Order: sequence, then C-alpha cells, then structure tokens
Amino acid sequence: MSLFIHGGTVIGSNGAERSDVLVTGSSIVATGLDLPVPNTARHIDATGMVVMPGLVDLHAHLREPGNEEAETIETGARGAALGGYTAVVAMPNTAPTIDSPSIVRDVLAIAEGVPCEVVPAAAMTVGREGKLLTPMGELAAMGVRIFTDNGRGVQDPALMRSIMEYATGLEAVTGGAPVVLAQHCEVEALTAGGHMHEGEWSTRLGMGGLPAESETLMMRRDIALARRTGARIHFQHVSTAEGVDIVRAAKAEGIALSAEVTTHHFTLTDAACSSYDPVFKVNPPLRTDADLAAIRLGLADGTIDCIATDHAPHEPHTKEFPFDQAPPGMLGLETALALAITELDLPIERIVELMSTRPAEIAGLSDRHGNPVEAGQRANLAIVDPNAEWTISGTGMASRSHNTPYEGRTVRGKVQYTILEGELTVDEGKATR
Amino acid sequence: MKDLLTIADLGADGIHEIMHAADSFAEVCQRPIPKVPALRGKTVASMFFEDSTRTRTSFETAARRLSADILNFSASSSSVNKGESLRDTVETIEAMGVDAIVVRHKSSGAPQQISRWADASVINAGDGWHAHPTQSLLDVYTIREEGRNFDGLRIAIAGDISHSRVARSNIEAFTTLGAEVTLVAPPTLLPPYVETLGAKVSHDLDAILADTDVLYLLRMQNERMDQALVPSLHEYHRSFGLTPDRARKLPASALIMHPGPMNRGIEISPEVVDDPRVRVLNQVTNGVIVRMAVLYLVLGSAAADRSNP
Repeated sequence: MSLFIHGGTVIGSNGAERSDVLVTGSSIVATGLDLPVPNTARHIDATGMVVMPGLVDLHAHLREPGNEEAETIETGARGAALGGYTAVVAMPNTAPTIDSPSIVRDVLAIAEGVPCEVVPAAAMTVGREGKLLTPMGELAAMGVRIFTDNGRGVQDPALMRSIMEYATGLEAVTGGAPVVLAQHCEVEALTAGGHMHEGEWSTRLGMGGLPAESETLMMRRDIALARRTGARIHFQHVSTAEGVDIVRAAKAEGIALSAEVTTHHFTLTDAACSSYDPVFKVNPPLRTDADLAAIRLGLADGTIDCIATDHAPHEPHTKEFPFDQAPPGMLGLETALALAITELDLPIERIVELMSTRPAEIAGLSDRHGNPVEAGQRANLAIVDPNAEWTISGTGMASRSHNTPYEGRTVRGKVQYTILEGELTVDEGKATR
Repeated sequence: MKDLLTIADLGADGIHEIMHAADSFAEVCQRPIPKVPALRGKTVASMFFEDSTRTRTSFETAARRLSADILNFSASSSSVNKGESLRDTVETIEAMGVDAIVVRHKSSGAPQQISRWADASVINAGDGWHAHPTQSLLDVYTIREEGRNFDGLRIAIAGDISHSRVARSNIEAFTTLGAEVTLVAPPTLLPPYVETLGAKVSHDLDAILADTDVLYLLRMQNERMDQALVPSLHEYHRSFGLTPDRARKLPASALIMHPGPMNRGIEISPEVVDDPRVRVLNQVTNGVIVRMAVLYLVLGSAAADRSNP
C-alpha cells in the first residue's frame, strides 16, 4: 500500500517547502516534485495543508487500567490520532499504578493495534507513595525511558536525591540512552486546602489557593539536586512566570534539563474560575495573565522545550460537584494543535519542534517519531489544514469524557489525516479505527 | 431578580430596593399576627448542606410569615453522603416542585453552580468563604435603622477575614453604599492580595478604635490555631478582642456588631456583650425582616417573569 501526498507544504530539515511525499509500507520513500507514483497509490490532496511529523505528547492520562469509565487506552489513542498525534506517553497514575514490569507489559498489550503509539511512563516510587523506589533498572531495561510520579511530586528531598543518583547508573541497561526523571513540581504542604491559583481571584472567590511558590520551590530543589547528581530531569506542566525564569537560568548554567508547558496554561487564566465551573479546575491551576505571557515568551525564545496536553479525562458527573470537591484536569489531545496554531504567534516550524521533534527526543522516540518529513524516515505523519476553522465541542470528541474548557470556542487548524507507520488513522478528519 | 447570589449582583439600587421592602415587612412583624399571604402557594426549599441553625430558622421564619410552604433538606440525612453529585441532588429537589431554593453550602460557589442547573430562584444563605449576602443585607438594615448615613461611614471589620464569607459580602455591601471599610486582623488571617477587596487594612485594633463608627467583630475559630495562623486564643483576645478598655476607646455613638454566634472571651469580653452599643439581637430580629423582603422580591419578580414571557 502506498500513499501519495501531493500539493502540501512539507516540514523537512530545511524548514517548510512545497513538496509531494510518497509513502510505501511504513516508510517515507521519496519527497520532492514530479515523483514517480505507483498506480495503486492512494492519492491524498494536501493542497493548502502542512505535512508534518506526527505529534508526540509527553503527558497524557489514559486512565486504563482502573478508570475505563473516563477513558480507555483505545479511546484516548483515537482522540490522540484525531489531534494529529502518532505517539503519546501515558502517565502511570492508574489503578494499579504503572510501577512494575508486569503492568508495563499489560499496558503495552492493551495498546497493541490502537490508532496511536502508546508509550508507558513508569512511577519513580512504588504506588506513587513517595517512599520506595520502583524497579527502575528492570523497567529501563524493558524500554521505559520516562519515570514520574505525576499527579504528585516526590516530596522527600532525600528520596529525590536517591532517585536521581540511581537513575544516573541506568545507562548500563539502556545502552547509553538517558533515563528522564519527570517531576510534577508541587510542594504539598503549600497546596493543602487549595483548589485554584492563589491570587486576586481566589481571594475574591473565597477559595483556598495553590501559591506559585509551591511549584517553584520544588523546581529549585530539583535543580540543586540535579547539579549534584547529574541526573537528567524534566519539569512537567510549568505554570508560573518564575518557573519559566528558573528553567531559563538553569539551562544557561548547563543543567541537563527540559521543560513542558500545557496548552491550557498558555490559553486560559484563573479568571475563568469565576464561574465556579469545575471544568476550569486543573493542577497546576490556571494562573495569571502575567504567567500566561511569560509562558508564551518561553515557548517563543526556546526556554520551554515542548507543549504537552496533560490530557485528563473525567466522567461528566464528577465535574458536577462543587469546585472544591471536583477532580482537577481537562481534556487536551484533540484540541492542542489547533490552540497552538490559533493562540501562539509562532511559525509552524516552531510548533512542530514544540509538539513533535523535542518531545520525541525527550521520550527517546526519535528513531521513529518527530523527524523531518524526508525519504528514509518512518511514516508517522500529520496533515493539517492550518486555516480550517472549527468549533470545539466536548461531546463531539472521541474521548469517553467531555471535560474540555474550550466548549464552543472556534479555532483554526484542523487535522485532516494522521498516518501511523504508513497507515491512515485519520482520513478526511475522521478516525479510521 | 431571579436569584440572590452575591451583593455585587445587586448593586446599590438592588440593596435600596430590598431595604424599602424590608421597611414594610418590619411593620408586618409588629402586628399581633405577623403573617401575610404574599407567598401563599409558593414552596421554598431550604437546602442546608452545612449546619446552621440560626440562618436556617431565620429563613424558615421569614418564609412562614409570608405563608410559603417549606421543604426541608439536610445534607446529613440525604444522599449527599452517598456520593450523589450536587447537580443530581438539586434536580431531585426541583422535581418535587419548588419555587425557590435557599442554599447553604460549605463549598464556595455552590449556589452559582445550582443557579445554572435550576429553574427555581436560588438564594445564597452562605457559601464557603465566599459570600453571605442576606447577612450583609441585615447588617446594612441594622446600621440604617440607627439613622446612620453610609456615605463616609467608618466601619472596621475585625477578625478572621481570610475564611469569612461575612467579611467578603460586607466589604462589598458597605463600600457599594459609600462606607470606608478597614479590615483589622493579623496578617495570617487576611487573604493574600487583600487589597483586591477594596478595603483598608490594619494590624492594630487600638489604633483605629477612636475613628470607628461601626465595629464589626467576626467569629474566631479554634482550627486556626491548629493551622498555625495564630499562636493561641489568649493572644488573639489580647491583640484583637474587644475588651472593656478597648470598648472605652470607641466613640459613644459607635455600634458594635457580630454575625453570631459570639465567642465570649475571645473576640469579645463577656462584660462588653452587655454594652448598650451592641446590636447583636437587633441583627437577629432584622434578619427575619430582610429575608422576608428577599424572598418576596425574588419570588414576586420570578412570578412576574413567568407570566410575561
């Protein structure tokens, strides 16, 4: 089976240029103009569209095993494909926690054949309880590259130091590939009783707040420990202006560090919580205009490595509790690219770097994801109409949940085709499986 | 007016409208039989997700004096403890046919959420740390009853501002009417970004007493000690309690108010409770009057809305 993608603008190693693309089997076999096209090839008219490497999300909650009512690996993967993703890193805060080789194997078995590659991250501590190390060596040997207790940060500094030291020895089992320690930076002693950003809005609304320092204190701690241990660290969902500055300074110093921000932290602020609608409750919380501006600057100047979704499905009724009782989290996989195109004043090449190239590198997936669209690369691609407008609707999504904070918002940028290992997972904007 | 959720929704005009209606219900309450048929046939659901005997009985008395029927709902005896969502609980009560829902909830914003789901009018009887608009209205009524003009009136609110829905609503009500509000508390009992509330701030009760027309004391709760926000009730009383010495510094014409229940010996010394400037019982009496006005205006205008589509 061949795919002949013609008329599009292709993101190759020299940036965006007009080119056709020929895919045969699971590989890109040729790019350029006037390609010899086999008779049997499926023609895809990409006129006016951008042909880019498939997106890679470093941060999604697929809820399986344990909370299949909110999402399954299959529905999450289908939503991911519709969002232009060809690989998604699944967070380990499932029930049971992804903290042992047998559960990693289970997840990989369930993910067999779903419309997006699902890459499990594993917990750093058993049950994400912040007490004992998971069998990181065994997990790394079977291919796990990202370790995180996401949903929580590791509170104990001595334990975090030990995790970092242990991780630096694991290149022995990974063949030299670094193991990435992804931290959810939150000092829980400072966020107890908090439900939204601590700021003017929380004061007006009479709500307990999560202060910015709950994030930045742990970032500073981990940088100090990484400086000592040499561990490769990654900060998840940086949400504060000071956090962006901390990343900038640490990179300038030469710390082995990467950082992600979520779509919602560059599109929404704490003012949205004034309706008390828990669809706007998320952790870390929506912050201020100044934080949002700093995050956008960090995305533009290279401080921030990537955009992640923190896709967090919750069953509809759970968001019909009072704000302080509802669980935090919002959907992201099906809307992230359109919001980046619509809201960020960035060239499409930079968006591809933020949503495909860098996350693929961080997750150790660069052998098959996040590469320039060129002959010899694996055919993991997204074809996007950057000008097509559409209106976001939670119930119209592939997710089993509907908790999008963007209900009714009109955005630009529609994924028309997603190609996973040479096969269409999205065809004319519809999921194929 | 379909709902009463916050003072901000009312504005100065809305507050005045309620005050005028309350004046006529004050007269009703003086009658030998203090009852009018104004809301006959209307059903008021009293949904208290958090215990509050005072506010609940005040609302229920007001509803009875207007001849409304009352449907009682308590969280402790309900499915809320079985994990039912707020929306399901509200829709269940509404299906029984109610015209107004009086809601008290420990979660800030619950009345706002309920008003999005319910066709019935929603009256906020206190939500979390957020708002308690009928308390503020009865406080305004009490100050107004004394013939005080709010324009330039100097009102000090002393106590745990951070966790107080009464403080938030009263700041809104008093400043909307032109008063100058000063919040008096240790920094740990003031919310972050307190300046956003539009009041002045002091940490020194003694320094402001002589220039205070109304001293409004808030209830101090034991759990603030456990949270290390103040060292002890003893120290709180010494620094922020209304002692006889401090009461002497207040002008003779000043009013002393408290939303109740009072902690004698903590925010107010026992001997000061009987000071002639204390208006605590007037506040309770006026609570019924003002809540009659609110129920009447909310249900009256909602009925008008329904008949004039």
